[in-house]
Amino acid sequence: MILTDELIERIKTHIGKEDIQSLNDELGEVTLEVKALDWLKVAGILHDVPELAFHQLSDLCGVDYQAYGKDQWETNEATGDGFSRGVELSQHNKANWDPSFRFAVVCHLISIEHNIRLRVRIYAEEEAVPRIPSCAGVWSAANWYEREAFDLYGILFENHPDLRRILTDYGFMGHPFRKDFPVEGEVEMRFDKAAGRCVYEPVSITPRTLVPKVIRDDLRYSDSAEAKREG
Amino acid sequence: MPEIRNYTMNFGPQHPAAHGVLRLVLEMDGETIVRADPHIGLLHRATEKLAETKPFNQSIGYMDRLDYVSMMCNEHGYVLAIEKLLGIEAPKRAQYIRVMFDEITRILNHLLWLGSHGLDVGAMTIFLYAFREREKLMDCYEAVSGARLHATYYRPGGVYRDLPDRMPQYEASPWRDDKTLEQLNDSRQGSMLDYIEHFTQEFPERVNEYETLLSDNRIWKQRTVGVGVVSPERAKQMGFTGPMLRGSGIEWDLRKKQPYEVYDKLDFDIPVGINGDCYSRYLVRIEEMRQSNRIIKQCVDWLRANPGPVMLGNHKVTPPSRGEMKHDMEALIHHFKLFTEGYCVPEGEAYAAIEHPKGEFGVYLISDGANKPYRLKIRAPGFAHLSGFDEMVKGHMLADAVAIIGTQDIVFGEIDR
Repeated sequence: MILTDELIERIKTHIGKEDIQSLNDELGEVTLEVKALDWLKVAGILHDVPELAFHQLSDLCGVDYQAYGKDQWETNEATGDGFSRGVELSQHNKANWDPSFRFAVVCHLISIEHNIRLRVRIYAEEEAVPRIPSCAGVWSAANWYEREAFDLYGILFENHPDLRRILTDYGFMGHPFRKDFPVEGEVEMRFDKAAGRCVYEPVSITPRTLVPKVIRDDLRYSDSAEAKREG
Repeated sequence: MPEIRNYTMNFGPQHPAAHGVLRLVLEMDGETIVRADPHIGLLHRATEKLAETKPFNQSIGYMDRLDYVSMMCNEHGYVLAIEKLLGIEAPKRAQYIRVMFDEITRILNHLLWLGSHGLDVGAMTIFLYAFREREKLMDCYEAVSGARLHATYYRPGGVYRDLPDRMPQYEASPWRDDKTLEQLNDSRQGSMLDYIEHFTQEFPERVNEYETLLSDNRIWKQRTVGVGVVSPERAKQMGFTGPMLRGSGIEWDLRKKQPYEVYDKLDFDIPVGINGDCYSRYLVRIEEMRQSNRIIKQCVDWLRANPGPVMLGNHKVTPPSRGEMKHDMEALIHHFKLFTEGYCVPEGEAYAAIEHPKGEFGVYLISDGANKPYRLKIRAPGFAHLSGFDEMVKGHMLADAVAIIGTQDIVFGEIDR
C-alpha cells in the first residue's frame, strides 16, 4: 500500500502541471481536479502508467453544486426576529452563481496493485448544456455510471457508446437529481377508468419542509475541527 | 428455404428468476443470446435525493431498504462515511458488535443467494435448508433491534443499544406440542451471545450439508461449470468487486486490504476462485460463510470478556439517555436539538467503502456544513455487476442467462436505489 503523499508525487511526475487544476489530500483521500478538455488524456495516464495503475473505476457520479452552502434558515440573525418557516427561502434562487462550476462529475478510482484510491472531479464548463468527454473507452464500468449521471443530471458524455436514460421511467421528462427539480416531482400518474389508460397530470402534493436546512459551526470545540483549523 | 433471422425476446420484469424487477431485452439467434440489454430502474425510489432533504440520522432507515437482504452492511457504509466527516470513532465494543452483525448479515445474504440461485437452476431442497438457518439469524436481528429486516441499528458514534441479556422465546400454542416447544427454546435459555455461540457451533455442519447437496451434484455442475467465465482483467475493467472479483482469481478483500473497524484484529482467510465461472463463485461464497462463522465466534469471545459503552458520550451527535434527560437541563437541550434539527457535519467530502456481501459498497458523501447531506452517492456493487451482464451472457444459451443472474447475486433495492 502506498501513502497519499507518495501518490501525489507520482501524479505530479506523470501528469503535466498545466493539466492539474488542483490536487489535495483531505481526510486521507486524494482529490484531483481536471478540466473537461484534459480529462481523457489524464484518464489514459491514470489507467496506463504502471506507477499509478488505476485499473478499476469504482464509482462515477454527477453533482449539482447550485445550492451548495445555501441554507433555509438564517441562524445568525434569528435572535432578533425569530426563525422563518424555512420554506420561503427557496433553494432554487440562482443569485451569484458561477455557471462554470454548477455541474461536475466525480470519479472514484482504485488501484488494486498499489491499494490506493483517487477521486477525480471534472467540472462541466457550460451550465445550459454540460458536456464532459466519456471515459467508457478507458474503463468499461463507466458505461452505465455515465448513463446514470446523464439521466439524473443531464450531463452529456461525448462519444459515449449508448447514452440512454437508465433509472427513470420510459418517456420521463427532466433530470430529477438537479437541485432545481422538486422532490415531489412534476407529474403524477393515475389510471383513468373513463379513458381506459394511464394519464399523467401535474402533481397535487404541496411541497413541505419538515426540517429546514441550517448551516452551523456546531463542532467548533471538537478536536478534529480544531486540528483542521490549525492544520 | 425459410429465412432465418434474430428475434428479440422480453424477459421479465415479472419473472421468478429475475430476482425482482429486472427487464431483459434479449436478442436471440435460435437459443443463443447475441445481445442482452437489461432495463433497470423499475424500483428506483431516489434514495439519494430523499437523503438530501433529511437530517443525516433520518436516512439510516433508507439504507436498510437498499440491498434488502444485507441490511446492516448498508447502514455500516453510510454510518462510516458520516463518522469520517465528523472525525469520530465508535467505541471498541460497538465496533465489535458492528463486525459481528456484518458477518451475520453476510451469512444471511449468502444463504438467500444460495437458496434462490439453487432454485433458479433446478435444485429445490437447498432453498428450504438455507431458509432454516436464516430464520435463526433473523431472530438475532429482531432481538437486538426489534425488527427482523430493517433494523436501523447502527448509528454514527456506535450502535443503538447493547446486546440483550436474554433471547425472546417461543410461546406455547395449540399448533406446537410441549416437546417441540422445548426443542425450539433449547438454545434460547441464556443471553444473546450464548445463542449466537450455539449457532456458530452447529453452522459448519450445516454448510457441509449444503455442500453435500450441491458441490458434487451432476446437474448443479452442468449448469454452473464453465458458465459466465470472466477473466481477471475484464473483472477489474468492468468494476466487479467482492465474490465476483475473487471468483476470477484476484485476491482482493477490503476487510484485509483496507481494514475498517476491528477487522485487522481478527483471524480469517480470503477464499479465491480459479476459473472465474459460476461454480468458482459458488465455492468462494460457500467458503466465505465458513470464514464469517469464524469471525463471529471471535467477536462473541471478545464481547463476553469486554463490557463497556456501545455509543459515544458526545451528545452533539448521539442522544443522551432517557434518565439523564429527566434530570439534566443540558441533556434535554441536546436531545431536543438532535431530534428536531440533527447535527451539522463539517464541510467536506468523504468516501467510505466496506466489504459488503456482494462486493464493495461505497458511500460518497458531500457536506456543505449543514444538517443534511449535500449529495449522497451510493456505489452499489450490483450496479457494476449487472452492467457487465451483457458481456458475461453473450454466446450462452437462454437458460444460462438465469444462472448468470443468479451468480451475480442481483438485488434490485441497491441497483435501482
